[in-house]
Amino acid sequence: MFGWELPPFNSGGLGTACYGLTQALSQQNIDITFVLPQRVGVKADFMKLVFADLEGFEWPPEITPYDTLKMLPPGIPPDMARDLLSAVNMYARRAAAIAKKHKFDLVHSHDWLCFPAGVVASRVSREPLVTHVHATELDRSGGNGVNTTVFGIEKNGMHHSSAVIAVSSFTKNLLKTYYQVNSDKINVVHNGINADEFDISLDEQNPLETLKQAGFKIVLFLGRLTLQKGPDYFLKAAKRTLEYYPKAVFLIVGSGDMEGQLVNEAVNLGISDRVLFAGFLRGKMLTQAFKAADLFVMPSVSEPFGLTALESVAAGTPAIISKQSGVSETMSHVLKVDFWDVEEMANQIIAVLNFSSLHVALKDNGKHEVKKVSWQAAAAKTIEIYKKVLAKIG
Amino acid sequence: MPAICLYFQVHQPYRIKKYRVFDVGHSHDYFESPPGDRLNNRDVLTKVARKSYLPANQLFLELLNKYPQLKISYSFSGVLLDQLTEYSPETLESFQELVKTGRVEILSETYYHSLAFIFSKDEFDRQVKLHSQKIKTLFHQVPKVFRNTELIYRNDLATEIEKLGYTGILAEGADHVLGWRSPNFLYHPVGCQKLKLMLKNYRLSDDIAFRFSTVGWSEYPLTAPKFAQWVSAINGSGDVVNLFMDYETFGEHQWEDTGIFNFLRHLPGELLRHPDNYFVTPSQAVNKLPALAELDFPHFVSWADVERDISAWLGNPIQNDASQKLYELESAVLATKDQKLISDWRRLQTSDHFYYMCTKWFADGDVHKYFNPYNSPYEAFISFMNVIQDLKLRLEALTSKSRSKK
Repeated sequence: MFGWELPPFNSGGLGTACYGLTQALSQQNIDITFVLPQRVGVKADFMKLVFADLEGFEWPPEITPYDTLKMLPPGIPPDMARDLLSAVNMYARRAAAIAKKHKFDLVHSHDWLCFPAGVVASRVSREPLVTHVHATELDRSGGNGVNTTVFGIEKNGMHHSSAVIAVSSFTKNLLKTYYQVNSDKINVVHNGINADEFDISLDEQNPLETLKQAGFKIVLFLGRLTLQKGPDYFLKAAKRTLEYYPKAVFLIVGSGDMEGQLVNEAVNLGISDRVLFAGFLRGKMLTQAFKAADLFVMPSVSEPFGLTALESVAAGTPAIISKQSGVSETMSHVLKVDFWDVEEMANQIIAVLNFSSLHVALKDNGKHEVKKVSWQAAAAKTIEIYKKVLAKIG
Repeated sequence: MPAICLYFQVHQPYRIKKYRVFDVGHSHDYFESPPGDRLNNRDVLTKVARKSYLPANQLFLELLNKYPQLKISYSFSGVLLDQLTEYSPETLESFQELVKTGRVEILSETYYHSLAFIFSKDEFDRQVKLHSQKIKTLFHQVPKVFRNTELIYRNDLATEIEKLGYTGILAEGADHVLGWRSPNFLYHPVGCQKLKLMLKNYRLSDDIAFRFSTVGWSEYPLTAPKFAQWVSAINGSGDVVNLFMDYETFGEHQWEDTGIFNFLRHLPGELLRHPDNYFVTPSQAVNKLPALAELDFPHFVSWADVERDISAWLGNPIQNDASQKLYELESAVLATKDQKLISDWRRLQTSDHFYYMCTKWFADGDVHKYFNPYNSPYEAFISFMNVIQDLKLRLEALTSKSRSKK
């Protein structure tokens, strides 16, 4: 299995999803060799880890799976990855040797970063390829400036696959419409969550406690600050909410290229004293942010899945989620809104803050429901797809 | 010699439009969704009238003319009659025509198809009286038999209804109350002197209302001769078979292409083939048949869901909150004597609003989802509560005006 990152060395949902899925797969007796592009101190003793060791390549923090192509500063030796694209190509070249060295029945490759590696490994080993789409170039670009090279890599990867896994019907439709992938080949496997990990108690030392004590309600945005995630809609809804519910604070967790723009926007809207920018959080700080918030809002413009919504609900914080998201296919006990409908978003935010009975109902029913959206269920579905692919070859 | 008693519930609520917090203080027409919207009451009513009420009425008129022995009964909610008057007068006329045959009885209920009995006996009494006046005006009948919203029933409802002068009352023939006893007899409610209790035979009723078009059902397809045979088989072990169901069963819940109207067309003839079978209206049953024994309903029972309790309307935190916030306004709203405000407050009492907030099995997409015009129970709650905020503002304005006058 070819991945790009695993927690704690992840920059977002891709690493989390790979970890959750492989853990559940191995519990269901699938023997996994997991390949990562570079050597990191990941702890995942349920599978064999292999590193492609892209030498001398210092992983700069700005190279994430989400910023499609970012140039590095000049002066990098020629045998090193200059940018994300050359790293992806180098990863694919290393995949040939790795495929010869290890034994496996099937290659499973996650997102475009690993598709070339998957295609190479499949060709060398003559074993079938399954590509797993967590996000497409269309989602990442938010409709603006699709990178045609990346789009081509995605299309080529899926073309060489015996089966394609999409994380939602939302994504499946996208693959059908824009990538012309045969519908029969695409299988929807929703992501899951280990809900218990988020069922923690709130640390009284949490930095938001003072605000909460003062009677402020906290509305949380958590995600990369990019067009795709819709943080600008969050700010507009915040402005509208504050006109009717002044005792609220809007917490923005995450980093990204829109950060400066959002700070300015908060100032222009005249709500900068009610918007807090917390930067990128992980681990305990992250779960504490979920836990401390009264409400989580995910206004994504285009969201293949949206694991954060499950994490929030599992932590006991009700969620308002964009209808343009895969996770909305898995959860009923959340509020749903079109990302562009700022009025309705504010209407829902104000209702949850105003009516404690609504908060309680969403919290209790959501916590119960999210338990069913498990990685075990995702793994079981994935194994069915493996069987189908191998039977066809057999 | 089982008698057959047919009762059909005819009701449509005034659905609340999408009402946002920003509408509070600005918009007071809570029940006026734009045309084409799923919540538009005129659209829904005219659709149901076209698919169900009008063809079913036409058919019953033919059947009443063809079979002089046939008798039927209806319960109309006041809010349905108001909507017919406004949106579909021809449907109202066709009901009036049926009543003119003299073989159609109209039952009593709360005008607003409300849960008032659970929250306020005074308001309940007022709504029962309002309803009775409406029936008298439109149909020249004074109802003598009562049925509560969604067949919600408990011992103290029966005693209240006896006090109001009724001779009979309807309830669900729920297994957990009946035990080994049969729904096919009349019973004597606990604490009453004369009032008689009629129980819905839910198996036979639901065979038509719910299972008629269920292809996987072992008895599918259900035919009139087969159904008449089941009813006749009760001969000797029951006095009356009470077939109670929503009138929308014909043409709306069971679409025309399921063959439901054809089934109905042949049913009276098939039932009457057995010489011991005969039709009664609820008051005829109550006057003619004896009450077999006392039946104790210490807890609320209804005709909804497998639980047959009131958890479809009340029970989760949002339903409890919304109903409490509504009923705590009672004395203040009534004190204003403002007819528009009182009418709006009462339309909000219609049980459907609370049914739409039901979160039981919401995720499984069952019958609750089918009957819910809102995207989710939570959206239904949000619009309802925003309306309550606006109602409160109007109430405050009226109250302070009358105070300043003094």
